[in-house]
Amino acid sequence: MSGSGRPLLEVKNLTRVLPLEVPVTLVKDVSLSIDPGQFISITGPSGSGKSSLLYLLGLLDRPTEGEIIIDGLETSKLSGRKLSSIRLGRLGFVFQFHFLLAEFTILDNVMIPMRKLGKWPENEQEGRAVSLLKDLGLGDHLHKVPSQLSGGQRQRVAIARAVSNEPLVILADEPTGNLDTKNSKIVHDIFRDLVDKKKTTVVMVTHDLDLASKTDRRIHLVDGKIASGN
Amino acid sequence: MTTSNLLFDIALTHLYGRARQTIISILGVALGVGFFIAMAAMMVGFQRFFTQKIIDVSPHIVMEDEYRERPRQPVSWFFGHEGTVISLQGVKPKEEIRGIKNAEKIVDVLRQTPGMNISPTLEGQIFYRYGSTDVSSTLKGIEPKSEKKITKIEEDIVSGNLDDLLTHSYGVILGSGLADDLNAEVGDTLTGISVAGIIKKMKVVGIFHTGITELDKSVSYSLLKDVQVLQNRSNVVNSIRFSLADPNKAEEIAKQIEEKYKYKTVSWQEANEGILSVFVIQDTVRYATTGAILLVACFGIFNIISTVINEKARDIAILKSMGFTESDIQKIFVFQGILIGVVGMVIGWWLGYMLSIAMGSIRIKMEAIITTEHLYIVYDIMHYVYGGIACMVAATVAAWLPARKAALMRPVDIIRGAAG
Repeated sequence: MSGSGRPLLEVKNLTRVLPLEVPVTLVKDVSLSIDPGQFISITGPSGSGKSSLLYLLGLLDRPTEGEIIIDGLETSKLSGRKLSSIRLGRLGFVFQFHFLLAEFTILDNVMIPMRKLGKWPENEQEGRAVSLLKDLGLGDHLHKVPSQLSGGQRQRVAIARAVSNEPLVILADEPTGNLDTKNSKIVHDIFRDLVDKKKTTVVMVTHDLDLASKTDRRIHLVDGKIASGN
Repeated sequence: MTTSNLLFDIALTHLYGRARQTIISILGVALGVGFFIAMAAMMVGFQRFFTQKIIDVSPHIVMEDEYRERPRQPVSWFFGHEGTVISLQGVKPKEEIRGIKNAEKIVDVLRQTPGMNISPTLEGQIFYRYGSTDVSSTLKGIEPKSEKKITKIEEDIVSGNLDDLLTHSYGVILGSGLADDLNAEVGDTLTGISVAGIIKKMKVVGIFHTGITELDKSVSYSLLKDVQVLQNRSNVVNSIRFSLADPNKAEEIAKQIEEKYKYKTVSWQEANEGILSVFVIQDTVRYATTGAILLVACFGIFNIISTVINEKARDIAILKSMGFTESDIQKIFVFQGILIGVVGMVIGWWLGYMLSIAMGSIRIKMEAIITTEHLYIVYDIMHYVYGGIACMVAATVAAWLPARKAALMRPVDIIRGAAG
């Protein structure tokens, strides 16, 4: 789909202002182009707008000004329904908190995006989910509910869920923020693998400079503007 | 399809997670539907019994020997245009011979109408004296042959026989209440004293019991020609009674007859206006009561779904970020309302049916508007349908309101909150 050499994600003059009594500028005039198959980190001090930029890239928030072009599609004028369908098929999210559905087994959690998208026939969905979870070392826990797992395991389930529809881009917001060093490294290695083996693009917001240094490209934000990395 | 299943799965887990609250909401709905059905079964049962009795026992239309309005004076015929003020003092009503003039001709003409049965009748007040008791009654002079076509009084005769009137001179059939007041039985001979002052020995040849207290206590029947003698009005008829193939057309036909012959002509609906309007009030109270129960049930549904939504805000956020649309989210919660509604409705149907059976089996001796020993219960599928529709509409609306709120939640707000 995106092998033509054009950028996978393109952002032009992106600005997001919260229309409060005293308007707050979260992201200011950011232009950015991300090629397929890259592992990118967004760093910056807290309040620098790194998460806000990620939410804009993930179409969870709408920009005040500017364009976001995903896989050649300009998104700022699209309906909410259309944005949902782009998120479903082409984007995957991992947040600091795992956001797993507490009543569903981890297998069911991973299958939810597949069942929603319906790209794979129903009889293949479970097999795909099982193999995704096994790849992430969770083969023994398929029928447990999230509360029976450790924090690191839960975050791996969340990653499995994010990649279950084979998205073009994984958007990760402080995915290691709640994890210890060992689990942070595991998560990082999983992302690395996705980029190297499956050519998935990963955009990760982090404040862990050590992890950020191991990514292909670092974008540093200060006060909602790109300070370096473009 | 797959999406609907998925949404339904999610909806179900939410309710499982709050099983106790869910069951209470379902019971609330069930009570609303059940009481609606039970009250309808009882009240409509009574109303139908009563209406049916009126239709059966009394004629559908009665033409009386009076006019609805005072006759207009010549001066107002001539000058009585709009805007004119006329004042007449001391007008004395003309004394006319009572009775319907030309009754035979009217009967002959109207007999041609298909589906209409006609019976000319003379009604008058009479005193019965038996032993030391005096009781007044409305005595109706009838022809047994045509009476059978007009009313079902024959079916209500508990002892004796309508045709026995023909074989006894001055035979009389009494209402059961009247017979009780007189302490009279079939075969007893009463003294009848008419308002015309004529006194005759009258033999009780039958007793009827309609169940409508008013009728049973005041009405008696004799042959038309006997009553004409008693009232000293030979060949006079003062009411013509009609029965129709379709009783619901009585109002319309009564109006036509009155327009043609000018005599006051009253349909059974008009004659029983008072009681029929009580039924309207009864129905209003019934709908208001069950409406209130359903409203409370709705608050239950609204409450449980609002609680679930607040509790599951994070789930909503992640589902939306995954690519679930607003309408998907809304469906999840509307499903929950519908589910509570459907289960509540089915239990309510069962409850209503059981309550109806239970009420039907209660023995109650009652002597009010009607005399009966049990409640009249009607089993009408439409009560179940109406109860079901009201319940589903209410449940859907009660779920839709919070569901809308959930659908409009912005995932970013919740994700930020969770991370911070």
